[in-house]
Amino acid sequence: MLTAIIALTLLALILGLLLGFASVKFKVEGDPIVEQIDKLLPQTQCGQCSFAGCRPYAEAIAAGEADINRCPPGGEATIQALADLLDVEPKPLDEECGVEKPKMLAVIDEQRCIGCTLCIQACPVDAILGAAKHMHTVIADECTGCELCLEPCPVDCIDMLEVAQNPNTWRWPDPSHLQLERGGRS
Amino acid sequence: MTQPLGSFPGGLKLRGHKKRSTQTPIRRTPLAKQLILPLQQHIGAAAVPIVEVGDKVLKGQRIARAEGHVSVCLHAPSSGTVVAIDEQAIPHPSGLSAACITIETDGEDKWAERHPVKGFQDMTPHEIRQIIRDAGIVGLGGAGFPSFIKLNPGIHHTVESLILNGAECEPYITCDDMLMRERADGILDGVEIMLHALNAQEVLLAIEDNKSQAISSMELALAARPHLTQTKIAVIPTRYPTGGEKQIIQVVTGKEVPTNGLPIDIGIVCHNMGTAYAVGRAINHGEPLISRIVTVTGTDVTHAGNFETLFGTPISALLEFAETKRQPDEPFILGGPMMGFNLSGDNLPVTKTANCILVGVEDAAEKAEPLPCIRCGDCASACPASLLPQQLYWHARAKDFDQTRDYNLFDCIECGCCDYVCPSKIPLVSYFRFAKTEIMNQERERKKSDLARERFETRQARMEREQREKEERQRQRKAALAASKAKKEQDAAAETSSAEDKEN
Repeated sequence: MLTAIIALTLLALILGLLLGFASVKFKVEGDPIVEQIDKLLPQTQCGQCSFAGCRPYAEAIAAGEADINRCPPGGEATIQALADLLDVEPKPLDEECGVEKPKMLAVIDEQRCIGCTLCIQACPVDAILGAAKHMHTVIADECTGCELCLEPCPVDCIDMLEVAQNPNTWRWPDPSHLQLERGGRS
Repeated sequence: MTQPLGSFPGGLKLRGHKKRSTQTPIRRTPLAKQLILPLQQHIGAAAVPIVEVGDKVLKGQRIARAEGHVSVCLHAPSSGTVVAIDEQAIPHPSGLSAACITIETDGEDKWAERHPVKGFQDMTPHEIRQIIRDAGIVGLGGAGFPSFIKLNPGIHHTVESLILNGAECEPYITCDDMLMRERADGILDGVEIMLHALNAQEVLLAIEDNKSQAISSMELALAARPHLTQTKIAVIPTRYPTGGEKQIIQVVTGKEVPTNGLPIDIGIVCHNMGTAYAVGRAINHGEPLISRIVTVTGTDVTHAGNFETLFGTPISALLEFAETKRQPDEPFILGGPMMGFNLSGDNLPVTKTANCILVGVEDAAEKAEPLPCIRCGDCASACPASLLPQQLYWHARAKDFDQTRDYNLFDCIECGCCDYVCPSKIPLVSYFRFAKTEIMNQERERKKSDLARERFETRQARMEREQREKEERQRQRKAALAASKAKKEQDAAAETSSAEDKEN
């Protein structure tokens, strides 16, 4: 009886110490679920979800304050991925937030730009280059197509263009949608 | 001669259809009026133009430089004037356009100054690679990977075998066959240079056993070079797709290239016969890569054969020269019947990777609506990469791309054996190509979103810092203001007290 008590006490002590050590040694910084959600979001930073960027939205989802269907740039694919991650039912995109659109790119009409810097201040990813009273331009590779620069422009010189495909970014079509299109096979 | 040491799983025995295009020697395609040169004819970054519209260029003059590491230069295939640098239709399955340099030829075909190398043995491998890069040489087997990179084994690897791929296993294509028959000596020139650059222990010239003339011509050329003791001809059985890089390595050496690995990881480097010939021309004659041999064949071609064609020559001009029953804008196949793709459009140019143009396939499978998969498993037994095409198909169809990855989708060489044997005529390779490009697109988007996240967070941090600094400045200003106010009050108090003193 006594040996059993001693043995169990010792075991409890050792395991307790081990757990204590592990909780210090392998402490996870931050909230991993927020990171995971943030990774699935398209990082457009457009704010269409009514949060100030993708990370705040991820935090809100993790806290259960926001639904998973508030991201128009991510569209159906993102909703599906979020539903898989959080193990909830996917829902159609909330129309309040906007509609799914093809990838866009902001282009400044350099003839009309007056160099007011308002768009530079609005861009969430610092993708617009320029200085006061000098022409501005968009760094195409870094533009997320969030449209946040459109509103502040006083002369309406920014246009959103659809991102054109080139042979390197071109994707083979889904064969289940096109039948009888195949070439000769010997 | 050596015997093959291994074999690869699956594969097919196909009818060759090669006689049609091997009856006549290699002919030269007449000089076209306009040459359209896509800036990207290789894997990697597109070349950057170094000429301007209106510039006169000479044959072999560099007109675009390599950009970044994985890239090669581009040269004018003939003398003339640059008339445009713009987007033109290119021979790509997408049918999209890409940046091209268009040269109007002057008919003189005047060479720029060439710098042949006398005695490459005295050069370092690095110097040789540099010349090969500057000469714009890419793998001419079809993939178009810059050759100089494959001639750089790196300091961690030694090259046991250099394999020269002369299998040419796909039906109809005969450009390597004819090159070996007619220019065996030129190929060996290149082989010697590659051997020197790689310091390989042995060289194996792998040729399929249905090319007896090519084998004997290579043997003859090899016999004339007794110093090439480590070079042997490996006659390999004719089976599709022996010409795949991983497959030919397996057949010739019995070794298997690991998944996600490169041949160099197991001490092997593999080059195409045509590439070896181009290397020989570049070093010994100072000629950059400006032309290639293109097979033009098919049931609708009157004078089928092989044509030495300058890059940029419109495919329609080549087809006209070979005389075909094709009507303008009718589709043709670029590549072979198994791995090629349909193209149409008359202005598409011949590029570095264009090995065959096929007009009319003899025993073409009838186009039919695919039937449901019956799970017969024929595709798996035909797959030369030991994949499970059926599983890949289910997952690709369901757009479950993570699963396709787990089933090693990227080991698929798109040889089309599974398509060929499928009794339900399911376009399996189309599904795999679809899944591959979707995955690559996801990858690109993930990278882009990572960048956006980083930039957003950096901006956020910067704005917070600015806010803090502003507050700090305000606080300091307030403090300074309060201090000066207090001092003023003090002074004023002192003044009034002194004034009071005076009054008193």
